[in-house]
Amino acid sequence: MQWLRVKYAKRGRARFTSHRDFGRAFERALRRASVPMAYTSGFSPHPRISYPNASPTGAASEAEYLEIGLAAPCDPGRVRDALDAALPPGLDVVEVAVARPGALAEQLTGSRWRVDLKGLSAATLQSARDAFLALDSVLVQRMTKNGMREFDARAAVVAVDVEEGRLIMILAHQVPLVRPDDVLAGLQVASPKFAPIDPPVLTRLAQGRLDLGSGLITEPGH
Amino acid sequence: MTTIATGPASVFPRLEPLLARVSKPIQYVGGELNSVTKEWESVEVRWCLSYPDAYEVGLPNQGIAILYEILNEQDWILAERTYAVWGDMEALMRQHGVPQFTLDSHRPVGEFDVFGLSFATELGYTNMLTELDLAGIPIHAADRREHDPIVLAGGHAAFNPEPIADFLDAAVLGDGEQIALTISEVIREWKAEGRPGGRDGLLLRLAAGGGVYVPKFYDVDYLPDGRIHRVAPNRSGVPFRVAKHTLMDLDNWPYPKKPLVPLAETVHERYAVEIFRGCTRGCRFCQAGMITRPVRERSIDVIGAMVQRGIEATGLEEVGLLSLSSSDHSEIGEITRQLADRYEGSNVSLSLPSTRVDAFNVDLANELSRNGRRSGLTFAPEGGTERMRKVINKMVTEDDLIRTITAAYSHGWRQVKLYFMCGLPTETDEDVLAIGKLAKRVIATGREVSGRRDIRCTVSIGGFVPKPHTPFQWAAQCDHETVDDRLIKLRDAIRGDREYGRAIGFRYHDGKPSIIEGLLSRGDRRVAAIIETAWREGARFDGWSEHFSYERWAACAERCLEGSGIDLDWYTTREREYAEVLPWDHLDAGLDREWLWEDWQDALDEVEVDDCRWTPCFDCGVCPQLDTTIQIGPTGRKLLPLVSSSHALSHADKSARTGWG
Repeated sequence: MQWLRVKYAKRGRARFTSHRDFGRAFERALRRASVPMAYTSGFSPHPRISYPNASPTGAASEAEYLEIGLAAPCDPGRVRDALDAALPPGLDVVEVAVARPGALAEQLTGSRWRVDLKGLSAATLQSARDAFLALDSVLVQRMTKNGMREFDARAAVVAVDVEEGRLIMILAHQVPLVRPDDVLAGLQVASPKFAPIDPPVLTRLAQGRLDLGSGLITEPGH
Repeated sequence: MTTIATGPASVFPRLEPLLARVSKPIQYVGGELNSVTKEWESVEVRWCLSYPDAYEVGLPNQGIAILYEILNEQDWILAERTYAVWGDMEALMRQHGVPQFTLDSHRPVGEFDVFGLSFATELGYTNMLTELDLAGIPIHAADRREHDPIVLAGGHAAFNPEPIADFLDAAVLGDGEQIALTISEVIREWKAEGRPGGRDGLLLRLAAGGGVYVPKFYDVDYLPDGRIHRVAPNRSGVPFRVAKHTLMDLDNWPYPKKPLVPLAETVHERYAVEIFRGCTRGCRFCQAGMITRPVRERSIDVIGAMVQRGIEATGLEEVGLLSLSSSDHSEIGEITRQLADRYEGSNVSLSLPSTRVDAFNVDLANELSRNGRRSGLTFAPEGGTERMRKVINKMVTEDDLIRTITAAYSHGWRQVKLYFMCGLPTETDEDVLAIGKLAKRVIATGREVSGRRDIRCTVSIGGFVPKPHTPFQWAAQCDHETVDDRLIKLRDAIRGDREYGRAIGFRYHDGKPSIIEGLLSRGDRRVAAIIETAWREGARFDGWSEHFSYERWAACAERCLEGSGIDLDWYTTREREYAEVLPWDHLDAGLDREWLWEDWQDALDEVEVDDCRWTPCFDCGVCPQLDTTIQIGPTGRKLLPLVSSSHALSHADKSARTGWG
């Protein structure tokens, strides 16, 4: 079986696609593109696809990854073109390459996020960011499938840079996973005056192996 | 997101901040595969189409899918879609002043020429009011302004649009394919001439053709006892009766060719091909079977081509061969065998959703599940006793049923689902309790022929609602207390059975929603006030049991009808006389009123009527009235061989070249 690594983006309106929605759309695109998928055996065979680390619904992304298992070897460039054409606008295939051995999840240990916060000045953001980073741990809550959960949002944060109306965050992937919206909740805990007016727009800019010292992210295959 | 250079601005920038705050935001963003966007100024006529329910229910609707393609294929017409928004979104839209929008280009619904709604069920009426109100379109047709869209209803419920007559500008009966284009042409001409006569000028042109019903051009008078005295045109140039539309030659209209494929999850995730339209089985409860006559088959080769292209255009894996009684297609054996051959070994699965009690159907199902799992088969005997089945003209004997399920269980099927109705005319407790006995015999037979204990039978029961344009249009609807009482007796009889109780599943709903459906189905123009009041008091999504409130509807009916001498029971549980003018008598479904009455009398006498496809004509009136005839095969043609239109991606395995092989 040939495994291909697919890098894709969720742009524009497609950011509202949930992970389940994406899975269905992607499987249909594989069929429309006539990608010779390998199927699992058993009563209800499904195509071999591994989704290691999906972004939350509502978040845009320039760097999502998954791997597909093929029944027959294919040229990655042609698979990229065919899949991209078969997916709806906004779900864009960026790159397809032959997967390297080893679990994809192990090559995805951190992400760089852009968080757009319309109407907030750099000064407001800077003081919230400073207050947050000054703390050793910041407990936040999030509703999960298993009810309300409380966890530390501080330890996963490697760096936060401030720009006008936006933050750039580098987050380590931990268990439980700390998302940029958890960090925003943490900023509010650390700095009660920090209160976004419009819902923030999250965009994952990069994902890969995170160097905790430098904050550099090396994408899979690079 | 593409920006629209001209025409009304997209509401998306205002909508986007709200999306983070609602459930399932994907249902509001559009951009589905195969959706169409056009420049506003590049066309002459603009339609907004709606199936007034949640996106997940509305998107797969076949009627909207067909019209969307047919209209958008014309370069001078644009068609976009809108659906009912959930309560969380409705509240935010009201708070932020965001109007009802289309999904294709997020344009305000109020800007279109026509707002066309398709009603498969009357329970969508309150959602229509929400959509109109959010769009800024006055809910009463009488209050609409020159620039408001023409609000047009279609679909099966539009065969009696009287309860929503106050909210509609027009309604169309029957198949929409051709009339939607005709209406577009009338609008184009009227606009090009400088809109002579304004809004009424256009409505008069539409009504004059005889194929569009404009309620405001008809007056309804009532007798002192509340019955209708007369329905008559109130101006010259409009017909006394409005006729339904019948599309002949389905092969020339192979739609939908490439239906929308949503990102969101919907109730049906399949490519559906209508293999024929109409049904002459003559089941007396079935409005669809009566109003879609005559039978018109699609040819085997066209079906084959549609399936292949549909799969390619959508990437869907499931294909449904739809119709009112799919195994009745004159070439169904060949269709299923050849399709099963073509897709054997692929992941494409085929299904025949609507099945009669007939052992032949088990053969078809076996064919379609050659290498799949044989999990469940569904049959619809509808009535528990042979007497009951004679009343409803469901010509199935108990032996037929046992033969059918014997075939199913002995071919490896483990579960059989049986559909019945409760509350049918002349029904007694015995008729309903017989359903339990039948189910026990089904299990006993199944255990015997399969030699296994793990077989199951699910009994699913719906409440009967008398519908316009059927022989039961005169019948008294059974009250909900009686229906509930019978269902509880049946439930207890099944559950209390030591030998078979655990092998029989029992699914039913209480009888109250059927009463409101009955009110909306056979109501007249006076029911509009009840619908409006219920809506103002919060009625939304009435087809969803978690949103439906019988108490609210009953209270609104009582208040609105106070002092009128009529009430909810008058509309529902009252039997009508032959001479009574029914609210839909001026709307012509092609059925001869005399024939319907005779069939109603035959029902009471427990006399069955055969299917006219295989026996002489029974003079229901449709064919001469519409100058049509039944169109059935066999044609003897074959499915076209499968040709791959996809390029092969694989450079190693030639067998992958067919794409599906």
